[in-house]
This record gives sequence, structure tokens and C-alpha cells, in this order.
Amino acid sequence: MNWPETFRTGAEAVRAHRMRSILTMLGIIIGVSSVILTVGLGQGAQDEVSSQIDALGSNLLVVSPGSTTSTTGIRGGFGSASTLTLSDADAIDDEDVVPDVARVAPVTSTSASLVNGTTNWTTTLVGSTVDWLDVRSRDLSAGRFYTAAEVASSAPVVVLGADTAGELFTGSAVGQTVTVNGSALTVIGVLETSGASSSDSSEDDTAVTPLGTAASVSGTTGTSVSSIYVEGASEGTLGAAYQEINALLLNLHGVDATEADFTITSQEALIDTANSTNRTLTVLLAGVAGISLLVGGIGVMNIMLVSVTERIREIGLRKALGATPGSIGRQFLVEASMLGLAGGVIGVIIAVVGAAVLPGLIDQPVSLSLLATVGALLTSLALGVGFGVYPASRAARLTPIQALRSE
Amino acid sequence: MGDPIIELSQVWKSYETGAVSVHALRGIDARIDEGEYLAVIGPSGSGKSTLMNILGCLDVPTSGEYHLAGQDVSTMTEVELAEVRNRRIGFVFQQFNLLASMTAWRNVELPLVYAGVPRAERKERAIAALTRVGLGERADHKPGELSGGQQQRVAVARALVTEPAMILADEPTGNLDSESTTDVLELFDELSQLGRTIVLITHEYDVADRAGRQLVVRDGQIASPIGAA
Ligand SMILES: Nc1ncnc2c1ncn2[C@@H]1O[C@H](COP(=O)(O)OP(=O)(O)OP(=O)(O)O)[C@@H](O)[C@H]1O
Ligand SMILES: [Mg+2]
Repeated sequence: MNWPETFRTGAEAVRAHRMRSILTMLGIIIGVSSVILTVGLGQGAQDEVSSQIDALGSNLLVVSPGSTTSTTGIRGGFGSASTLTLSDADAIDDEDVVPDVARVAPVTSTSASLVNGTTNWTTTLVGSTVDWLDVRSRDLSAGRFYTAAEVASSAPVVVLGADTAGELFTGSAVGQTVTVNGSALTVIGVLETSGASSSDSSEDDTAVTPLGTAASVSGTTGTSVSSIYVEGASEGTLGAAYQEINALLLNLHGVDATEADFTITSQEALIDTANSTNRTLTVLLAGVAGISLLVGGIGVMNIMLVSVTERIREIGLRKALGATPGSIGRQFLVEASMLGLAGGVIGVIIAVVGAAVLPGLIDQPVSLSLLATVGALLTSLALGVGFGVYPASRAARLTPIQALRSE
Repeated sequence: MGDPIIELSQVWKSYETGAVSVHALRGIDARIDEGEYLAVIGPSGSGKSTLMNILGCLDVPTSGEYHLAGQDVSTMTEVELAEVRNRRIGFVFQQFNLLASMTAWRNVELPLVYAGVPRAERKERAIAALTRVGLGERADHKPGELSGGQQQRVAVARALVTEPAMILADEPTGNLDSESTTDVLELFDELSQLGRTIVLITHEYDVADRAGRQLVVRDGQIASPIGAA
């Protein structure tokens, strides 16, 4: 029997045993689409985090108070110890001492309640210098950012995050006034939403003021800051900048490296941490997906085994009429491949549709992975073909009468 | 007559069913010449079908030798056997063995598929074979839509369609009324006149009488031949 004939016979058998064909494909469809979607979810989460981190700027160092490992081996309260001060920021800004630094933005951060008439919104009140905008790689969607003069005079101005502006004002926020702890601040600008395709709104729910303004509004008199953002002169010298700042602060604080009361985090470290977390997530999801593929595969195996057993008489008859074991094997190979491929393709279509629809429903991005798609397709195909062809070619080795007599 | 097309010597067939072994054939010696018309008769369970399956290369003897057209069947490969079944033998099964999902003509064309005959020609020949057994208008019916006798005639048509040199028919008239029986037997007479070798199993002596020679099988052995010795 030649190949076109074999294909015709296979297609006919698929149509003739409609229920069986549907059940076989169902197992494959579920397996394939769940693998693609679960891996896609993990991949999507990973992509989202990396794009969020990218949006922060590529040659950024963040100095935060507290050490990651204290001498007792206990992780120091991250950001809780007020060991970083404005004078640390000023020292880092000194071009002679730290030549590889372009911009420095000390940041204070407190929770504050913003009031516009009867509308009340609690957000993070950030105090910083003019460099904040560049260092954080942010843009304005309306108005302007505060000036160096306004920082120097602790002018009562504020720049709102996009979400914050939306919560407090219905129309344009620029030129309006918000009251924070009794002090009136003029809204001079609104930030563009952060570049990350983020559902996490903390980047967009914020109010930024000059350092002095934030201090006076929140009533804090101290000079401690919650972090210092440092932009390196270039990406290549970021390592040098790290060393310089580290040495400078150790010296200023009068401690040695083992007692460091601050932590310098580079973007790279953040990405590494995020990636390793997400890799764990992806592996976990892939495991779940693998199990569903296995379950689908067992379903396919069962149906294939049963259907071949049912058809051993047919195999016997075909042999009696002149079929070689090879042509029997080819017939079942074509049948199983058609079922496997059709199921696989439908599974991929469902996964693609799911990837398009799902983000809107569960607020999670889904990235389709070619590797997962191809892997799932091949696995399901192999399962269908393996369990379809193996028992068939075994049956094809029986004598026609043995096969015809089997139940 | 012509050269021997079938030679059996000391053919045994035993089935192991649990503790007991059934000896369906106990040392059959036989010779069938090319172009011969032979009837095999014998009581139920005597081993007629078992013998026929071995002659059709559908089953293998437990011991003994079977030479088909001079060649020892036990030395043939699977592919050679498939070719013999396909090209040289037309087999009519006692239980018809039609594929339920296929129409009559598709069942009949099946041996031609494995013979590599082109599609258009297959259909033509299948319909012609069905017409010969009086089922021309039933070509598009599935076996389930046909009576037992009609199914039997479809099975006969399938055995004829490749125009094999040898036709092995296991009670081809078992389910037929006298009229259809006469039709099928006339067909066999015709084929015999064309020089085909025909081996026919039957219970009925008047059917057996039409054959040139009768072989009586009893308890897995050849009993004294009746008719032509
Ligand atoms: N697969 C098998 N396993 C065990 N015994 C078998 C098997 N096939 C046939 N037999 C036995 O072999 C003997 C011969 O069977 P066979 O079918 O050849 O009889 P038969 O002469 O064709 O009978 P009938 O006229 O009823 O068709 C019987 O006793 C039967 O029970
Ligand atoms: Mg019988």
C-alpha cells in the first residue's frame, strides 16, 4: 500500500471511529494547551519583572540603610535602621571623592494622607532632589518637575504619580492644591506611568516633593534618608562607582566591611534575584504542566491501546488479504500521527487564544514560549504514535488467524 | 492433471488450551494439482477450517511440511506470504470477516489496495465482482445492512476480485438459499473451467458432487476418499 493510500485509509479510520478520535485528541489538547499556558504564565511573570527592573534605569546603584548580614548572621532590618543621612548623599555627590558617579538622589519616604476637598488618599510621600526624575528614569505626562531653586527653598510643590493624580482629581491635576497634614502643596506636574507593563501600582501611586518640603510636611526633623539613588557615570564604570561609594561610606561611618550598616544594590543584583525567583516559579509551573501532559498522555495511551485491541481482528483480516506487517504499521502510524497532530494543533490554538484572553481576566501576562510549544507538541505526538503503533505492529506479527480469532 | 500446486506431508496442528491439547489435524498428507476442483467434506469439528487456514497461509502447521507451488511455506518471509495471500489465493471465510465500517464495494476492493491497483480501476473491478455474485446494486451498503447470505456473497466477490489462481472457500454456500447456492456454484464451475484451482469446504454432498474430487476429513485425518480415488 503506497503512502497516499495509507493516508486515505488513516483519515477514513479517524472518521469512522469518531468518538475514539475525539477522546484521543482531547487528552492531547488538554496536555498541550496546559503546558503552553502554564509555562507562558511563568514566562510572563519573569518578563514583567525584568521589564520593571529595566525601567528603573540600567546603571543605577541603590544605597539603603542596614546591612544584609549582620555579625550575628541575622539579616538587619532592611531600611529600618536610620544609618543613612543627607550628609552621606552630599559626600557621594563630591566629584573628587567619587568620580564615577553622575547623579545622586537621596530619597526620604513616608506614608502620608493627601486631601483634596473631601477626597482623601493615602500614598507614599517621597522627598528628593531634582535628580530623582533622571535617576529613576521617569517622565512627566503633564506640568513640570520641581527645580533646584524649589529644592533649596523647600517650596510647597508636589509632583503626583499618575494613579495618585487620578484618585484625587477628576480633571487635570496641574495647578490644583492638595493638603498634606495641614500644609497646602501646589501640584506642578504629573508623572508618566512607569515604563513597566506593570499591574503593580506602587510606581504610579506616589507624591514627590523637594526633600525639605517632605520633611516639614511630615514633621520629621532628622537628616536620615530611606535610600540614596546613585546613577553611575557609565555602565562600564558602575563597578568602580560601587567600590568608591562603599569605601567612602565605610570611612564616614567609621566601620569596617564586616560591620557595614548600609547596603549597595546594583541593578544586576536585582535582576539576578528576580530571575532566580522566577526561574523557580517557571520550573514549578513546568512541573505542573508536565504532570497534566502525563495525565493527558496516559489517557491517549489507554484509548490507543483499547482501540488497537479492538481492531486486532481488522489487522488479521487485512493481513489475510495481503497486507504486510509494514503496511499495517504505516496505517496505524498515519492514524495516530493525524490524531496527535490534529489534537496538538487544536491545543496550540486554544493556548494562543488563552494567552490572548487570560491576561484580561486574571491580570497576569502570558508569554508564549516556542520551546514549550514545540516540546508539548512533540511529546503528545510521540505518546499517541508510540502507544498507537507499538501494539499495532505487535498485532501485525501474529498470524492472520491468531489475529482474527482474538477477542 | 497439471503439476501439484499444493503438497502436504504429515501436517499436524495442535492447540494448547490450558491443560489439554487439542489435535485439530493429525498427520495430513495431501496433494492438489493445478486446476483441480476439490471438495473437502467432514463432520463439524473435524478440522476442515483448520486445514483450509493452513492452505491459505493464514496459519502455520505445528509440524509437517506444506509446499505451495513447489516452495516450502515455512521458509517464506512475511512479505512473501503477504504477496501469496494477496496475489495467488482468494479466501472465503466461514465467518465472512467483512469490515463493518466499510461499504460492500470498499470491502471487495481491499485486496486490490494491497496489490497496488489504481483507485479508479479498483472501483470498477470491485463493482464487477459484486455484479457477478448478484449484488451490483448493493455496492454502497455496509455489511450491517445486508442479509447473512448477501454478506457471504460479498465475501465471495472479495475472493474473486484479484482473479487468483487458487480459490479457497470455507462453506461459501452455508448461508445461501438454493437459488443463490446454485448461482455461486455455477460461478465456481466457470472459474474451474478457466483453469483455476478451487478448494471448497462443504457439509452438503450435492455441493461436493459438483467438484472433480472429494476429500473426507475425520478427526483431523484424511478418511478414505469417496468418488474419484
Ligand atoms: N484456536 C483454537 N484453540 C483451540 N482449539 C481449536 C482452535 N481452533 C479450532 N480448534 C479445535 O480444532 C478442531 C477443528 O476445528 P475446525 O474449525 O477446523 O473444525 P471444522 O471442521 O471447520 O468444523 P465446522 O464444520 O463446524 O466449521 C475443533 O475441535 C476445534 O474445537
Ligand atoms: Mg469450519
